[in-house]
Amino acid sequence: MKSSVIIFPGSNCDRDMDVALKKFGFNNQMIWHNDLELPKSDLIVLPGGFAYGDYLRCGSIAAKSKIIKSVISFANSGGLVVGICNGFQILIEASLLPGALLRNKYLEFICKNVFIKINNSENKYFKNIKKNILKLHIAHNEGNYFCSADELKSIEDNNQIAVNYCNKNGDISEEINPNGSIDNIAGIFNKNKNILGMMPHPERMIDSCLSGGDGSLFFENLLKNLK
Amino acid sequence: MKVNEKIAIEHGLKKEEFDKINKLLKRLPNITELGIFSAMWNEHCSYKSSRLHLKKMHTKGKRVIQGPGENAGVIDIDDEDAIVFKIESHNHPSFIEPYQGAATGVGGIMRDVFTMGARPIANINSIHFGSPQHKKTKNLLRGVVHGIGGYGNCIGVPTIAGQTCFDESYNGNILVNAMTLGLVNKNKIFYSKAAGIGKPVIYVGSKTGRDGIHGASMASAIFDEKIEEKKPTVQVGDPFTEKLLLEACLELMSDKSIISIQDMGAAGLTSSSVEMASKGKLGIELNLNKVPCREEKMTPYEIMLSESQERMLIVLENGKEEKAKKIFDKWNLDFAIIGKTTDSKKIEIFYDEKKVVDIPINFLAENAPIYDRKWKKTKLPQKIKFNVDDVKKLKITEVLKKILANPNISDKEWVWQQYDHTVMGDTIQKPGGDSGVVRVHGTNKAVATSVDSSAMYCCAHPLTGGKQIVCENWRNLISVGAKPIAITNCLNFGNPEKEINMGEFVECVQGIAEASKYLDYPVVSGNVSFYNETKDKGIKPTPSIGGVGLIKNYKKMVTMDLKEVNNLVIVVGKTEGHLDQSIFARNILSEKNGPPPEINLFNEKNNGETILKLIEEGLIESAHDVSLGGIITALTKMCIRGKKGIKLNKLKTLINKFQYFFAEDQGRYIIEINKNNIKKVKEILNNNSVHYDELAIVIEKDIIIDKEPILTIDELMIANKKWLKEYMVQ
Repeated sequence: MKSSVIIFPGSNCDRDMDVALKKFGFNNQMIWHNDLELPKSDLIVLPGGFAYGDYLRCGSIAAKSKIIKSVISFANSGGLVVGICNGFQILIEASLLPGALLRNKYLEFICKNVFIKINNSENKYFKNIKKNILKLHIAHNEGNYFCSADELKSIEDNNQIAVNYCNKNGDISEEINPNGSIDNIAGIFNKNKNILGMMPHPERMIDSCLSGGDGSLFFENLLKNLK
Repeated sequence: MKVNEKIAIEHGLKKEEFDKINKLLKRLPNITELGIFSAMWNEHCSYKSSRLHLKKMHTKGKRVIQGPGENAGVIDIDDEDAIVFKIESHNHPSFIEPYQGAATGVGGIMRDVFTMGARPIANINSIHFGSPQHKKTKNLLRGVVHGIGGYGNCIGVPTIAGQTCFDESYNGNILVNAMTLGLVNKNKIFYSKAAGIGKPVIYVGSKTGRDGIHGASMASAIFDEKIEEKKPTVQVGDPFTEKLLLEACLELMSDKSIISIQDMGAAGLTSSSVEMASKGKLGIELNLNKVPCREEKMTPYEIMLSESQERMLIVLENGKEEKAKKIFDKWNLDFAIIGKTTDSKKIEIFYDEKKVVDIPINFLAENAPIYDRKWKKTKLPQKIKFNVDDVKKLKITEVLKKILANPNISDKEWVWQQYDHTVMGDTIQKPGGDSGVVRVHGTNKAVATSVDSSAMYCCAHPLTGGKQIVCENWRNLISVGAKPIAITNCLNFGNPEKEINMGEFVECVQGIAEASKYLDYPVVSGNVSFYNETKDKGIKPTPSIGGVGLIKNYKKMVTMDLKEVNNLVIVVGKTEGHLDQSIFARNILSEKNGPPPEINLFNEKNNGETILKLIEEGLIESAHDVSLGGIITALTKMCIRGKKGIKLNKLKTLINKFQYFFAEDQGRYIIEINKNNIKKVKEILNNNSVHYDELAIVIEKDIIIDKEPILTIDELMIANKKWLKEYMVQ
């Protein structure tokens, strides 16, 4: 399986993602933001970081970069595109996903382990995944998912919520919501479920010595579903 | 503008120093030259008060590739790998403008590391604030933490360890010491020494603005109520540009185009160009019209003294200019050829085709003043006789809860949760343990790092205090299973022109030197920050020591959380009951006098090496060094981390139980051992003549101490965790 990770100036989880994809058997290549065309890929990844410094709204400049047109047409033709953290922000700014990511509720950067519950597993990302509750890591300043009531209804009606923050038993409550996201939303799909954006970093949890290995399940499963 | 003595003094020079400049030049300097002299001769760049004493440091060792004197120190960690590391202060700017001050402190130290060709792999920091009750403390803490996070998180280098301390002596002078570790191939290290004549001098990175002009002089000044006026001298950080600069520099370093490279830190273009030329025994010629400027009509004076961030100066091989420019263009960074190396041994600067500076390099470097300042020895204070009746009234459990909630002991999760500590995917021990640990990417090795200070001990007796910090730092590395290799130090002191402050400096340095020599734990880099003084009130002497250790097989790393019920817990090292200067004495008994705990370097080394042996043999389940708050505090922290309880054995000791539990005797560790290994462990301890006490057994969730009321882990966890969180939201 071929994957491509886009590097924007200021991306800083690009290497981590490259390491993770290769570890689980993807044939990965790194693509520079100024390129116009994507190589033939089964999966496109927008990694975490601070693309273009995020001095404007997070992800907004990256969403206008040269490569993004190709990403949009790849996604619109049904190709799998996943954005993690800053990548999620970019997907939203590029209007590939609905809603907005605001500053965290307590106005502080948060770096910690969280549990997420998979809400919809009828898709290439989570189908047949071994666990329904994953322990992953978040590290962000703007992960507070927000959308209008109408949008939320549409997201729910179309079963677009991918993952929610929960406790280790899978209970979803405001108490364990790390950043103030509506309905504890940690990640969402587009209507077709080929585009996934989420704040937690599976690439940081691919080894039991890195505070857990649940990220491995994500990659292993994705690869299996792609084959 | 004609230069005179008044202007020179306004630049922070002393009258005698100004006279010396005139004598060396055999003429009056012009204003730009005066600016250059004042920047090069101030304490921050010249080390004029400290240099004589720093020579005493132990700086050599089998694994030392580069000791003090470069952008950072370099140590060998086997194979082709080396670690580049250094700690640096950014105290003064952080007090004036906490966010930018702290952020640019982190940015500056990372540049020092990647200048040498290393990719930064870990950041750590030591931050000291005034009393929590002081009106400025909360905002300073918040600003500094946001600043450290804002910069490090954006660059994508994990912040894996640190310490946050409070003491009223920092009310008017906070300390922000930032340290970075980088990984480099040991055959591809870059140095700042220029070589060759007629080589192009290249400016890369951000444009030069008017920010930070005279930052280095500000850092060597004493604060007064007008300090807010100095805000414009604080530099503004741009981590995004630094990230680009990092990637561009590492890309250029992948071949042999660079002869020498130096980041523009304190005193900007001035110190970087002078240092490169000075080390290479060359001259340098610069044309300031070529320097990329952010603002119009900047004068030569402003260009030479600007401390705009994220800039580098490079001496390239001839003919490599085009290729280098392409790389910097790709990363959208400025690239300008601004001069060349010469054989004149002078710094010659041109602006609008006029020569505006003409100074022999050695006037600025070797001829900079050196002072053998007067200093006063600190006598070892008398030991305090504690009143046994006072102590008897207390309950250990109550005291313990108070100590766990003490600002200097309490959990600092609020701080480190704001730092990205897992980016780069190699963090195997997060903040909150004895050391932070990262794997050496793609290998089985890991490096551990910890930063420590003990201002109370250093203040009570600087010589002992100096030794103690080195030992404590060494213990923190040992506790995770790392072999300590070398240290970097950040020496934060008051006004060196005062005998008492100078004495604190001299004796702390002596203590550090003695301990590091005995432990074969050399100093490879560091910096000195004097004049941490506001309105005549200086800080407690606060050297901070950053240590780096190697774990050959990261799977053998040890953590401090208790692992399993029924395991035995042992204290390694002898408990004599030294309460003077302990948290218990100072905060519970309000006794602030007395000597710090004594340091026995022989025991320190022997105990530490024996613990490493036990870890190497896989005989230790968890380990934690005993420091502030004594045995019981250390033990409860292990309980909290492991969510396990403990039942203490009946004490078999002659000293009273408060002394046993709260004494801060040095050289001690608490280790958890599986019952099956106990015989082997005792054998190794006995064979190495290491003293140990059997302390406790791990149980489910209670803390059972003698006949004291039973405590639960949850109670203790709340006591330990709530102080800082509540303080910050109040």
